[in-house]
Amino acid sequence: MTTDVKDTETAPIVPDFGDDSEDRKIAFVCSKGTLDMAYPALIMASGALEQGVETHIFFTFWGMDMINKETMGDLKFTPVGNTTATRQAHMPMIFTAFPGVASLATHQMKKSLDELQIPDVPTFLSHLSDMGCHLWACKMSVDMFELSEDDMTDDLNGILNVSDFIEIIDGAQTMFI
Amino acid sequence: MPVTTIAGEEIHVDEEGFLTEYDEWSKDLGTQLAANIGIDPMTDDHWAVIDFLRSDYQEQGETATLRRVSAVGGFDTKSLFQLFPKKPARKMSYVAGLPKPAGCI
Repeated sequence: MTTDVKDTETAPIVPDFGDDSEDRKIAFVCSKGTLDMAYPALIMASGALEQGVETHIFFTFWGMDMINKETMGDLKFTPVGNTTATRQAHMPMIFTAFPGVASLATHQMKKSLDELQIPDVPTFLSHLSDMGCHLWACKMSVDMFELSEDDMTDDLNGILNVSDFIEIIDGAQTMFI
Repeated sequence: MPVTTIAGEEIHVDEEGFLTEYDEWSKDLGTQLAANIGIDPMTDDHWAVIDFLRSDYQEQGETATLRRVSAVGGFDTKSLFQLFPKKPARKMSYVAGLPKPAGCI
């Protein structure tokens, strides 16, 4: 240990919040529309923003469900093909496709998230937006699913084509989910 | 446990400099802690957040996350970023004399 009682005479120990460090940037591409695949980017983005990192999320393909007003509050989780979920539920894989199983699994997952006080997707996106997160919709997906800005969350910063997104995230650490 | 001297008081801190003893904190010390990290002066808006963090810690036994400060404390997230720039969760905890929040959100 370099710090002990002797150091009380010297400069106080003050945390280094890294305010002078080089500006970091992080980007997430959200391409999935299931409940379980929505949260990883949201939680990591929240952590990045709390650390003062410039954060961008680009929603594309099935990830559009995360920002579509009609679907964003009603994402589903299915255990179909998910070996972890079937092991935890002691359920043979063939039953996972039965009617009602996805609803039950979704209900259970939402309950677990709620117990940890993790907000639902629309509330989470608003929280991220308040923290300064940039939320972008993919132009091609908007066209493909015939969406307009009115169909998507008001927290959205805009619709971007891929070239513009690539330009914006210059130098960012990027994760595709 | 390291000991450091702030505002003329000997204070127990962790390796990074966050206070480890809840009762060693005072408002004067908080003012000095804030000044140490460039938050000067402390306004009523700053103190309102610090007061919430300290009372919530007493009830919960852990430091409130940014989400909790906003959802339970009722503080606007955007204003927290203005009051405690860049890394509000950690800076608020430091000024309040509490450990860093352990939760992810």
